[in-house]
Amino acid sequence: MQILAYGVAGWLILAGAFGMVRSRNLIHVTVCLSVCQSGTYVLLLAIGYQWDAPAPVFSPGSPIRLPVADPVVQSLTFTDIVVSATVTALLLALAIQIHKTHRTLDPDDLQSLKG
Amino acid sequence: MSAALIVVALLLVAVAGTAVVATGDPARQAVTLSAYGVVLALLFLVLQAPDVALSQIAVGTALVPLMVMLTVRKTEK
Amino acid sequence: MSRRTRTAVFGAGAAVLAVLFALAVAGLPPFGNGDHPYRDLAIAAALRQATPNVVSSLTFDLRGLDTLGEEMILLGSVVGAVALLRPRRDETVRNRSRTENNQSVALVAYVFLPLTLLIGFDLLVHGHLTPGGGFQGGVVLATGLHLLYLSGGYDALRRLRPLAWYEWVEGLTTAAFAAAGLIGVRNFLPHGTIQQLFSAGTVPILNILIGFAVGAGAVVLLAQFLTQAIALEDD
Repeated sequence: MQILAYGVAGWLILAGAFGMVRSRNLIHVTVCLSVCQSGTYVLLLAIGYQWDAPAPVFSPGSPIRLPVADPVVQSLTFTDIVVSATVTALLLALAIQIHKTHRTLDPDDLQSLKG
Repeated sequence: MSAALIVVALLLVAVAGTAVVATGDPARQAVTLSAYGVVLALLFLVLQAPDVALSQIAVGTALVPLMVMLTVRKTEK
Repeated sequence: MSRRTRTAVFGAGAAVLAVLFALAVAGLPPFGNGDHPYRDLAIAAALRQATPNVVSSLTFDLRGLDTLGEEMILLGSVVGAVALLRPRRDETVRNRSRTENNQSVALVAYVFLPLTLLIGFDLLVHGHLTPGGGFQGGVVLATGLHLLYLSGGYDALRRLRPLAWYEWVEGLTTAAFAAAGLIGVRNFLPHGTIQQLFSAGTVPILNILIGFAVGAGAVVLLAQFLTQAIALEDD
């Protein structure tokens, strides 16, 4: 079980990175980056899990029953999800501007920085 | 939640993630990304993280695929 | 470098990363064990501050400075995207669009628009009691507003979404969030009884401010993309 949980996290990170390296389109690169980031979310939440422990929210009307799952990693993960979506938006805006200037989205054709 | 549920959710996430990376066309990737967002939210729910699952559904199923589709439309012209 | 060289270099790097990752993970405590010292400290502190949703308490109270940093990243990304996607001098903005509306999609969007806005506000206001909070509620509100685009087309969305208001709301609420944190660098309002609506000090107020900041930011961001894809025409 340990191997599977952390293995899936590592697989997502590596698969996202592989997609970025082999990509022919800047938008594809951005989406693969997003997959890579979600691998880290799976890793964080897998660290914070405990068998048969409920969620760390004590809703009104229900008694407070410890132990619960780890709230610290959940707090880290959930702000990260929203903020990385806006950074993805910034990357897509860059892709639009690159297309306007160079008329191509293929990373192999964008050689303007080459000496 | 039982171990079987967690195992199934993890395997679904691994398959869906590989599908997103393997889709070459960005317009199709928006749809695959949206499905991946739902599966990931299921995994977060099974791992007892309701706040994170809500975030993932709102952001990864609606917001990011919409921006990807609009970018594809703009750069296809 | 060519694609093959790049893939080969990546393969070597990925192999090393996989080995190091496996070694690191092997040193962790077993999956699902009960040894979480930060969790015990965090839950004790959250209950002292009368906040039932421990994750919200961590985000806005116990680790509030982190959230301030994340909010600044969000503000920076929105400002960056607006700056990048400004219409250039040689592009004219067409104030009408040619999208056709599908009747069944329009009906579903009309029905779900008020429901989605209501759910978004509920997530915002009850963030300190039930799962939810500012970030989730803000994004739900922003995407709910864009159901107008599905039902009425781009013209309806533009008429009912005065963009200047959203830009002002985003700037002002981000500033208010920073100010609310800096006035007293701790939770300074009375805490109240746990599990009541008016409890947990500044956490509900910060939730609402962040909700409006994130929602307005997402609307401004989507507006830039919609303008670029639909309303601009090239020289």
